[in-house]
Parts: sequence; structure tokens; C-alpha cells
Amino acid sequence: MSQPMTIAEKILADHAGLDHVEPGQLIEVDVDIALGNDITAPIAIEIFKKTGVKEVFDRTKIALVADHFTPNKDIKSAEQVRLLREFSEEQAIVHFYEGGEVGVEHCLLPEKGIVLPGDVVIGADSHTCTYGALGAFATGVGSTDLAAAMITGKTWFKVPESIKFVYSGQLQPWVSGKDLILYTIGDIGVDGALYMAMEFTGPVIENMSMAERMTMSNMAIEAGGKAGLINPDEKTKQYVEPRAKRPYKFFESDSDAAYKKVIEYDCTNIEPQIAFPHLPENTIGMSEVGIVELDQVVIGSCTNGRIEDLAVAAQILQGKKVAEGLRLIILPATPQVWADALEKGYLKIFSEAGAIIGPPTCGPCLGGHMGVLAKGEKALSTTNRNFVGRMGHPESEVYLTSPAIAAASAVLGRIGSPSEL
Amino acid sequence: MKLKGRVWKFGKNIDTDAIIPARYLNTSDPDELARHCMEDADPEFPNKVQKGDIIVADSNFGCGSSREHAPIALKAAGVACVIAPSFARIFYRNAFNMGLPIFECEQAPKLIEEGHEVEVDADTGEIIDLTTGKTMKAQPIPPFMQELIRDGGLISHIMKKIESQQS
Repeated sequence: MSQPMTIAEKILADHAGLDHVEPGQLIEVDVDIALGNDITAPIAIEIFKKTGVKEVFDRTKIALVADHFTPNKDIKSAEQVRLLREFSEEQAIVHFYEGGEVGVEHCLLPEKGIVLPGDVVIGADSHTCTYGALGAFATGVGSTDLAAAMITGKTWFKVPESIKFVYSGQLQPWVSGKDLILYTIGDIGVDGALYMAMEFTGPVIENMSMAERMTMSNMAIEAGGKAGLINPDEKTKQYVEPRAKRPYKFFESDSDAAYKKVIEYDCTNIEPQIAFPHLPENTIGMSEVGIVELDQVVIGSCTNGRIEDLAVAAQILQGKKVAEGLRLIILPATPQVWADALEKGYLKIFSEAGAIIGPPTCGPCLGGHMGVLAKGEKALSTTNRNFVGRMGHPESEVYLTSPAIAAASAVLGRIGSPSEL
Repeated sequence: MKLKGRVWKFGKNIDTDAIIPARYLNTSDPDELARHCMEDADPEFPNKVQKGDIIVADSNFGCGSSREHAPIALKAAGVACVIAPSFARIFYRNAFNMGLPIFECEQAPKLIEEGHEVEVDADTGEIIDLTTGKTMKAQPIPPFMQELIRDGGLISHIMKKIESQQS
């Protein structure tokens, strides 16, 4: 009998060519996909060139996605994308996306079947942990590590300890995966899972859509986590099967695997959650929010820019108007999501409500463009970070929430629930 | 390797947007990044900081984004090292890869005040607050990592090795 392992340990062992790994062990692993974007890849490309290496290790295993400051917001940004484009042409990179093909990377890669269950994925973007929802070991790294992986196809890891989260109970109306992950970060803190793999389990996760699972895994980094994994199941299979163009493998945690901690949540009493400025851990339940008037609402991003998120927003905004003086910015996360939202009539609902409908981009989430805040302005956003200055002026404020609360609040002009409409 | 410098203090959870705001990430030029280093935490920092200064912060320094621009900005601004009880993991890895020494020390934010002169011995992990004479202990940096830092980061270090093998 082999020793029990968690899903994280099993994937890492498999990619290190070992039968067993344990927390603390340093290993070298094969990388299935190495990802960079228009902010982080330029540094990796410069490093790549500096080394004098002629070719990337595998042109099918590198993804370069120009999603952060695109459509290019200024000359410098355009130059960064040009660097990606020229490098991709020169190296014949298969998964290079820009222009009308680009989507927010962590929505685009799963949608296109580029990242798959059982993969080891490194990305020079901290929200690379999103793919844990597919049952992949995916984590953010810096540009130097990306450059090294582009050259060798390998990277090194210290095998992380795992924390198991068990979610059970009946969800209240308008409570989604976003609320559960905000609640979790509020509970354990922004360094509560530092250096560790988070594993989300329990009947609530089993019943959850792939979109909500990706929202939860996406924010593992906001608790300091190295990865945020979900054991793949029938839903994973249904999502992945029509998309995959190469073989993939399901790994599952053994029932007797060892965890650093097991944390159980009865979700029955969890309300919709709002993270107040300036940390994702500053979460409170909707009933305690009080009056917070808003200048801007953003619905989109790698956390909540999928079609399921827009469906919820459309359901709430149908026949309603955005509050006077408030800007509602909706950014479908990929061209496919945009097309689906058009087809399903969501864009018409948003347009009639008075929303600004933008292209797929990370733009406002990081204060890049397409929704930057002025001094003193307050925004409610379905994104993942509310640090000082994250969406613009250092004296602006960002509150984090789910698409349902965001849509309702855009109508109310203050943070509020769909039940108030 | 010994580092000696004047201390600037910061609190808990200093995130990468505070270290280098995303609005400046349309470039990776170190000098330009240095001009905005830590400005959302302290707008005057880029003007005040001098070469060789040391940052002492509380836990989870560098949380947030994977941007390597964060250690690049700190290094280019002249920061000699960062001392904190803990670091976010991507920042930790990026800092060494960029050749910015960092030290994990639980007591530092409690015992060291802003403006103090501090000396850090990377070989032993000993930190001395020269202003008060108090000493504390951090994880030492092993010799191979010190060499990596001296070479200016992982890539320069590897290239130097390749060159020395070829010659």
C-alpha cells in the first residue's frame, strides 16, 4: 500500500517522478503550462534573451496573454505587448492571445482547455491558483521563475502543507462561492494559509458550479495560499471533456491524508460578505454593513467575470436602472463570455440599465485603466483585492463582493442586497 | 556579508501595490520603478530613502501580486535588505531571485524603531540595533544564496557560473 497523500502532494509527486512526497520536501517538477501576461512576461522575455538560449522548451506549453493594460492604455503598454507579440512570432508560441482574441487569463485558459486537471501550472500572475478548481496544482511565481521554466520546462517547489476546508449546510439566498471564500479569508486572515495549499471540500463544494469553484480557488492567494485545490468530480469532467485537446488525469486526496489543519464551516449562517478597505480579510456580513454610498461598481475580472456571474447580474438588473451618479462597469472576461452574454440578452439588460459595457480586460481591478478612481471615491467590485490605491488614487476605497450584491448595489447607489429591490 | 543602514519602518501586510503601485507597471525600468517605490504607503519614501537603508516591517511583507517589479523597485531605490517576521511566499522567492536579501525575524518590528542604525550579519543571522545595542536573531542566509545575492540575482548568478565553466 502506498502512503496516503493529498491531491496537491499527488500531483507534485507525479510531476517529480516520485512515488511519494511530503511537506517540506524540495522537488523539481515538470511544468505543463507556463503563463505570463503583458506586465510580467516582458521581464521574463528579457531574461530569456539575456541567457542566449535560442528556443523555448516547448512552444505548446507556454501561454502569453496580453490582458492587463489591454486594449493598450498608453505607448509604454503597447510596447510591452509588442514585445510579447514579437517573441511569440519568433518562438511560434501556440497560446498567444491579444486583440480580439484576448480574455482575462484565468478565465481564458480553462475555457479554452489549455489548463487541465492534474497539471502543474506556474504563472507569473498571483491568481494562477484559479486552476486549482480543475484539480490542477497551479501557483503564481515571478518573472525569473517563468523565464527559467520557459527555458527548461521545469521548476522547483517546496512541497506545501495542506489545510482542508469543509463546507456544509444550506446556502442562504444570494450567497455564492465568492461569499464563502471572502468569509474564509476573513476567518483565517490574509496570511492564514501562508506557504500552504488550501483544499476546498464538502457537500457545498460538490454542489457548486465550476465557475464558483474557480472564484474560490482564485482567491486562495488572498489568504497567502500557494494553491487552492478542489478534488475533481463529474462536474469537472463535464466542463473539461469538450475543451481538452490532450490527455488529463484526475488526482484525489486520500481519505486518510495528513493535513496541517482541518477547518469546518456550517454555511447555513453565512450571509453575503463584503470585504472593507484595505484588506480582503476585513470581511463582514451584509446585515452589519450600514450605509456605504458608492461612486462605482465593477463586475468582471478573473474572480467573477464568467457567464454565470453575468447571468446573476442580469437577473437582478433586468428592468432596473443604475442609481444616478453611479458608474456601473461590466467587463465580460473573455470574448466567448462576451458573445454568450450578447446571445443570451444580458448585454441588452445591462445597456438598458445604464451600465458601461467594456471589453475583456483586467483594467480597473489593478487601477490600470477603464475605471480608475479619483481621490475619495468608493467602489464596490467583484474583483479580488482592495489594497490602498488598488483601483486608483491612494485615498480611494475598494469594497469586495459577489456579482449579486454588486448588481443590486449599483441600483441602490449604496452597498445593499437584491432582497431590497 | 554584513549590511548596515538606517531603518524605515512599516506595518503588517505591506502589499505589492504599496511597494510598487500597478499604475506604474507599464514599464520594468528599475530607475523609474524606484521613483514610486512604497509611495502608497509613504508618499515621501522615494525622496527620503538613501542607498543602504533598511526596511523593518511587520508580518506578511509583500503579500498580493507576483510582480517581480516589487523587489526590483526596492533594490533600485537603494534598500539594502528587508527584515520582517514573515514574507508572502511569491515575494520571498522573487526577492532572492532579484538579489534582494530578506531576513525573517519575529522580534525586529517590536525592538527596532524608525531612524535607528541597524547591522545585519547574513552569515550568522544576528541583527544588532546599533542605536540601542539590542540584538536579535534571524535565519542566516546560506553561502550559496549570499553568492547569488552578490551576483545580482538568480539569472546573473547562473550566467556567471556558465561563463566560468566555459573559460
